[in-house]
Amino acid sequence: MRLRLQSLRGTLHRASAFIGLAALAALAAPALAANAPGDFGPPQGEPIHATLTSPPFVPPPIHRSFPAKVIVDLEVVEKQMQISEGVNYTFWTFGGTVPGSFIRVRQGDTVEFHLKNDPANKMAHNIDLHGVTGPGGGAASSFTAPGHESKFTFKALNEGIYVYHCATAPVGMHIANGMYGLILVEPPQGMPKVDHEYYVMQGDFYTGGKYREKGDQPFDMEKAIDERPTYVLFNGAEGALTGDKALKAKVGETVRLFVGNGGPNLVSSFHVIGAIFDEVRFEGGTNIQKNVQTTLIPAGGAAIAKFRTRVPGSYVMVDHSIFRAFNKGALAILKVEGQEDKTIYSGKELDSVYLGDRARPNLDAVAKATESARQGTLSLQDQVKAGEALFTGTCSVCHQANGAGLAGVFPPLAKSDYLAADVKRAITIPLRGLTGKITVNGTPYDSVMPPMSQLNDDEVANILTYVLNSWSNPGGRVSADEVKQARAQGAPAATASGH
Amino acid sequence: MPRATARTLAIALAATCVAAAAADYARLPGGEFASVLPQGATPGSSAVARIAPFELRTTPVTRAEFRAFLVLHPDWRRAQAPGVFADAAYLADGPAADDPPGAGDARPVTEVSWFAAQAFCESEGGRLPTWLEWESAAAADATRADARADPAWRQRILSWYAQPAAATPADVGGAPDVHGVRDLHGLVWEWVDDFNALFVAGDSRTQGDPDTLRFCGAGAISLADRDNYAVLMRVALLSSLQARDTLRSLGFRCARPLPGDPR
Repeated sequence: MRLRLQSLRGTLHRASAFIGLAALAALAAPALAANAPGDFGPPQGEPIHATLTSPPFVPPPIHRSFPAKVIVDLEVVEKQMQISEGVNYTFWTFGGTVPGSFIRVRQGDTVEFHLKNDPANKMAHNIDLHGVTGPGGGAASSFTAPGHESKFTFKALNEGIYVYHCATAPVGMHIANGMYGLILVEPPQGMPKVDHEYYVMQGDFYTGGKYREKGDQPFDMEKAIDERPTYVLFNGAEGALTGDKALKAKVGETVRLFVGNGGPNLVSSFHVIGAIFDEVRFEGGTNIQKNVQTTLIPAGGAAIAKFRTRVPGSYVMVDHSIFRAFNKGALAILKVEGQEDKTIYSGKELDSVYLGDRARPNLDAVAKATESARQGTLSLQDQVKAGEALFTGTCSVCHQANGAGLAGVFPPLAKSDYLAADVKRAITIPLRGLTGKITVNGTPYDSVMPPMSQLNDDEVANILTYVLNSWSNPGGRVSADEVKQARAQGAPAATASGH
Repeated sequence: MPRATARTLAIALAATCVAAAAADYARLPGGEFASVLPQGATPGSSAVARIAPFELRTTPVTRAEFRAFLVLHPDWRRAQAPGVFADAAYLADGPAADDPPGAGDARPVTEVSWFAAQAFCESEGGRLPTWLEWESAAAADATRADARADPAWRQRILSWYAQPAAATPADVGGAPDVHGVRDLHGLVWEWVDDFNALFVAGDSRTQGDPDTLRFCGAGAISLADRDNYAVLMRVALLSSLQARDTLRSLGFRCARPLPGDPR
């Protein structure tokens, strides 16, 4: 009984993999029990030659309702290309590009793979497709000398996005020279329609010379072993996806990115600046993560990221291990054109000066005042200048640079009757703060000023002297000693004693 | 003897003399040598190999030399060579036996199969070098018999790898090394006698798999010395081949025992 239950459960489990395959169910039903999940039976119809595309383009969706025999012809080409402006590098490629040609098949397809090694090549190569179920992912079956062609066949059992790469010794060097790409195994029902599909793949590169050092650059094994890349790039070259070659979309369109990471060493923190991925099939798997800012793509892994463009502009794709983006080349651009939507993003609304506390240029006057005070030569002028600098850094944020305050919120210091009425009281305000209702120049205020306990006696004295001598205030001078006394008295904090 | 045959033979003999005169061998001392390929008694284990002294051609075999060989050995001409001994691209770019001497004669002959290379070497009393003989010879630079620890030596090999293959290789006759041998690096790949015993799996990551070791003890490769990869790439290329295969960038040179050596 128990055995029967388990077997029933197994059958149910297998069957559940086929939900949504109504059209296929009748066809595949007899084979179901015997075959692995994803095996939809023998290929039907005439063999089909797969359409391969160069990055950043993706072959069109398949729209086929039956498993077929699909023939893939992929040629290995060794050639020199620019890795950066004026920097030549000998790449080893699948199909003449880095990353290699994008391959798109349907789950259940029988793929007849032909790997051709250009007679002009120097090296032997092979291919390991992560979408293959079998030892080496096809590597041992595809070891091919220059001027030769290998053929092997596999069944695409699992749907998803998979990396392929060369696995000939030294493997790391073949990958570092650009030998990787993506193969998409579409689910039988296809993928939801989107407006754009793009192919982006990250890789790290190790050149003998420094970043952007011109001329022919050889591969540097030492750097590769130490995992110190000279370049980290999307699609094999600096500028491969910027300027005229930027990816394009219009506002309100859906974009699906097939993002791979060839490595050989680095893991990618893939991020599009200014966009949030609505959906990510992280690690290329079946689970969907929503509302993702940055998705991690392992070396030898891939993800499918989908989002809708909302407002126009240039969206920068980066590896958010951010020195790679700005110092090693890991930058790409998605250019979105169309109508602005100010309700989503306003553009710049305000550009005002913000001075951090004690912004550097102000410190000179403060330092001079401190020195004069120490020597006993402190003049009114010294105090005012130092006070102005300190006021700008500390007080002007609320009381404003012109001392006018903000009506009803921050009381004015300019022509302030509250200040003029009692200078001794004024000394206690920066020391202990002021909370509660007061009236200044006829306007009531009820707010909180915290104690400015970061200011020393000299500084408080200088600020008050500056205030007293500005904006038509009565003038006068506050000394550090007076501040010191006020501080020592521990007089109750100035409270809203009214006026 | 029919006249035509006699004439052919006369030409052939003359050509052979030319070839023999051109074949210049250098004496290699052999001795103890640490190969990139594990040489231990058990698969995968390292041990120092012992190489007997031998002689090695100072340059790869040239097109002119191979043309002379074809005159004497019509069986190895492009049209005559059996398919099991040479693939379809065999000598596709020449030379042919009836080519006139001319430009390109000093280039290394390429697109020759292992069988053809072996036949050529036998015709002048030699054989293809073993991998160990070739590797030990190639360890030299202009002043040292084993310069492999010098990054400059490695960089010279790699600089050739970093260039895409030229349409045609340059002429033989690069700078001689300490033994007087030329062009071991930077010109063409070269056949070795035991090319198919170097590396068994097409997928390099399975080295050390007991299944593969059962078939070939020399097959286990481990990158004990990480600088070995420059030489490893040559091993990878050779091990991708079958004996009938030919490549545009693959030539050969011959080795032979020292005079008086009974081997």
